[in-house]
Amino acid sequence: MEHGSWLTGTLVYLAAAVIAVPLARFLGLGSIIGYLAGGILIGPWGLKFVTNPQDMLHFSEFGVVLMLFLVGLELEPKRLWQLRKPIFGWGSVQLFGSAALMLGVGMLFGMDWRIALVAALGLAMSSTAIGLGVLGERGLMNTTSGQGVLSVSLLQDVAAIPILALLPLLALSHEKAEGSAWVSAAKAIGVIAIIVFGGRLLIRPALRWIARSATPEIFTAASLLLVVATAALMQTVGLSMALGAFLAGVLLAESEYRRELETDIEPFKGLLLGLFFIAVGMSIDFAVVMARPLLIAGIVFGFLLVKAVVLWGMGRGMPLPKPERPVFIILLAQGGEFGFVVFQTAAGADVIDAPTASLLVAAVAISMLVTPLLLVAADKWLIPLLAGQAKKKSNIEELHDPQHQAVIIAGFGRYGQVVGRMLYANGIKPTVLDVDAEQIEAMRRFGWPVFYGDATRLDMMRTAGAATARVLVLAIDDVAQSIEVAKMVRENFPDLTIVARARNVQHYFELHDLGVEMIERETLDSALMSARSVLEQLGWERHQARTLALRFRRHNVDQLAKMAPHRKDEAKLIAAAKQGRQQLESLFAQERDEAAKREARVGWSDDADTRGAPAIENETATSKAPTLT
Amino acid sequence: MADTPISVLDAPTRPSPGADVVVITAHPQMEHSRINRRLMRAARRLPATESSPLIVVRDLYSLYPDYLIDVAEEQALLASAKLIVWQHPIHWYSMPPLMKLWLDDVLAFGWAYGPGGIALRGKDLWLVATTGGPEESYQPTSYNRYFFSDFLPPYEQTANLCGLRFLPPLILHGAHRAEDAEVEAHLAVYAQRLASYPNWPELDELLYELPALIPEDARPDEDSDDASDPPRLASQGAD
Repeated sequence: MEHGSWLTGTLVYLAAAVIAVPLARFLGLGSIIGYLAGGILIGPWGLKFVTNPQDMLHFSEFGVVLMLFLVGLELEPKRLWQLRKPIFGWGSVQLFGSAALMLGVGMLFGMDWRIALVAALGLAMSSTAIGLGVLGERGLMNTTSGQGVLSVSLLQDVAAIPILALLPLLALSHEKAEGSAWVSAAKAIGVIAIIVFGGRLLIRPALRWIARSATPEIFTAASLLLVVATAALMQTVGLSMALGAFLAGVLLAESEYRRELETDIEPFKGLLLGLFFIAVGMSIDFAVVMARPLLIAGIVFGFLLVKAVVLWGMGRGMPLPKPERPVFIILLAQGGEFGFVVFQTAAGADVIDAPTASLLVAAVAISMLVTPLLLVAADKWLIPLLAGQAKKKSNIEELHDPQHQAVIIAGFGRYGQVVGRMLYANGIKPTVLDVDAEQIEAMRRFGWPVFYGDATRLDMMRTAGAATARVLVLAIDDVAQSIEVAKMVRENFPDLTIVARARNVQHYFELHDLGVEMIERETLDSALMSARSVLEQLGWERHQARTLALRFRRHNVDQLAKMAPHRKDEAKLIAAAKQGRQQLESLFAQERDEAAKREARVGWSDDADTRGAPAIENETATSKAPTLT
Repeated sequence: MADTPISVLDAPTRPSPGADVVVITAHPQMEHSRINRRLMRAARRLPATESSPLIVVRDLYSLYPDYLIDVAEEQALLASAKLIVWQHPIHWYSMPPLMKLWLDDVLAFGWAYGPGGIALRGKDLWLVATTGGPEESYQPTSYNRYFFSDFLPPYEQTANLCGLRFLPPLILHGAHRAEDAEVEAHLAVYAQRLASYPNWPELDELLYELPALIPEDARPDEDSDDASDPPRLASQGAD
């Protein structure tokens, strides 16, 4: 920690984080660059609030440990087993492929092979923290590229163990006896065995016992203790703390306490990881950077390029969808926190000297700093370009033969598919257009003849047969595009009836304004079915629930038509909506009231049923009439 | 209004206010109908002239595919009509289910019958029906075992209870096998009748019956606790 008082340190770190991170996010740069920038700002080369960042780096490395514990928690052993191929296959390609290439390049430049090897291995590592953070922030975790990044990161975590164990053997002066390596290997295996079996047999009962004490903060403490203990155990035998935590996480992934552990550890992880990035920012040695700026730039550029080439090859081989490749490459091309660890260990074992270590650490830190900027750049220019290309260059040809079906479906996602299937089931073959190349390929695998075609284009709609078709099913999920198509069709093909899907009420109004008559709000009917289920669960008769839902629906649709003229005036819109709701509520309340009265009377005159047939016959007829007229 | 797209389903039959004749037609499979569809079209296509009555056709299965009948609208139409036509195929010796639901919902207690239920009083009801079985099958010696008129009392009594005059039904038996000429003749009679209502020769001979009196305790009164609503049924039956 810092020499100043503990309070000052906390103040500086928290203030740096609280100011820099929102600012960075506001500028669209992501939180990690905010932490890094905050670190540089308060570090020895900025405002000098903190002059010795190494301590903080060590302390906050624990954030990485916690993160891997959480990653482990998310990964059930079953899933891990399913991922074994990408992990050991593509992961090895990335790590050893990049390292071998970089080793070659290093030796070409006349570096000592040992230094080149250490540099290559350290630089081949990628930042799990940034990678998974960005994936999480962008919601890409479950995409192909997300799984790719995760697999490669996991392999790096695993590979870090032997790498760190073997580094000392590279030292110029061999001092360690062969025997001790065997001993430490045996120790390592022993500890992993302890973690695996302990996790299975001891930790779950222990957690159960602690949870029963019903003291939430003690459960939090126990969660932290669990991770710290695992990490400490791993460290004593010279293994990666992060790997230990990861193992513990995987073992607990199937336990009933998974969610609790996650929520308890999450804030600690977030803060410590933030600290870690601040520390990395602080630890960039600007003296070294300033002295040899070109060399640093060369290293950064060179290793990013080498790794990018390997990753590009992987992206083609896997294969990843084109628009996902830039993020995949950028996230894995950067250096990572394991790089720092590798260089520090190597420096400690005298494999490389301190200035070299500093250079490499600076290079890694700069690559981590550059990553968010590269991501922003890719978002702006590269990905839209690739996305456009993917549309045009994928093997899906654009529709060019004129079609003559009676129905055209624009948009074959969740909505359009149901419409299409129902039509097919009734012997109608619609012409189906979509613009999502992936979606089209997937649909074609299921045997649906879907054409690539942008329904907003007049010529495309002509080719699709809009001039002769009778119905256009407008099921595009993008509101702006849906409106655009509706407008174009109304202008150019006035005889083509539009059956439209509305995402929401505003969309409904806009379509309505264009003269579209058959509009369905996409969630109305499923929500009403759920409402029916609720009424049934509360004791309503199923048929009564159905009738009420249908009447609600009719009222709702009528109401929408009444509200349409006021849709630009929010106050009036709300007033109309409120009034409509009140009308329906009081109508239903009145009916319930009358039904209750009637029931009471029927109960009272139970024996009257022999006296008048019509009375009994018509008993089921509700008294809607008097209330409605 | 039907609960699916508002304007479209209703468009062809948008009720004209103050129609003289309201045709209620119901066929669960209108697409397979041979006669009823043509009957419906005949009613719809009758030219509007000075002397002919204003006709509205309500195709129930097209208006209410979800079986949710707009009671208020149906009642408003009936209130101004003079003649109500029920045009449907006879299924299982009775009317199609949606038609029956229409009766249950629209001919409500306190509106069509019972205390204050005088909305339909003095109007005419005309049944225009088709049967699958030939006329010969409707006799004690054949498979339908009864004369067709033996199946009509529920209709007659429904009319009576609402104060409606039950006109002689127009029936086409053996609708599946009817010759084209026979069908054409039937359609012509139907159209001519509709167009000339109420100037039918036999109408003068048909008297309005008094609605059967419902004893007050036959059905729990909607507002029996309301003292200002005396039982008026007997006196009102006499108009």
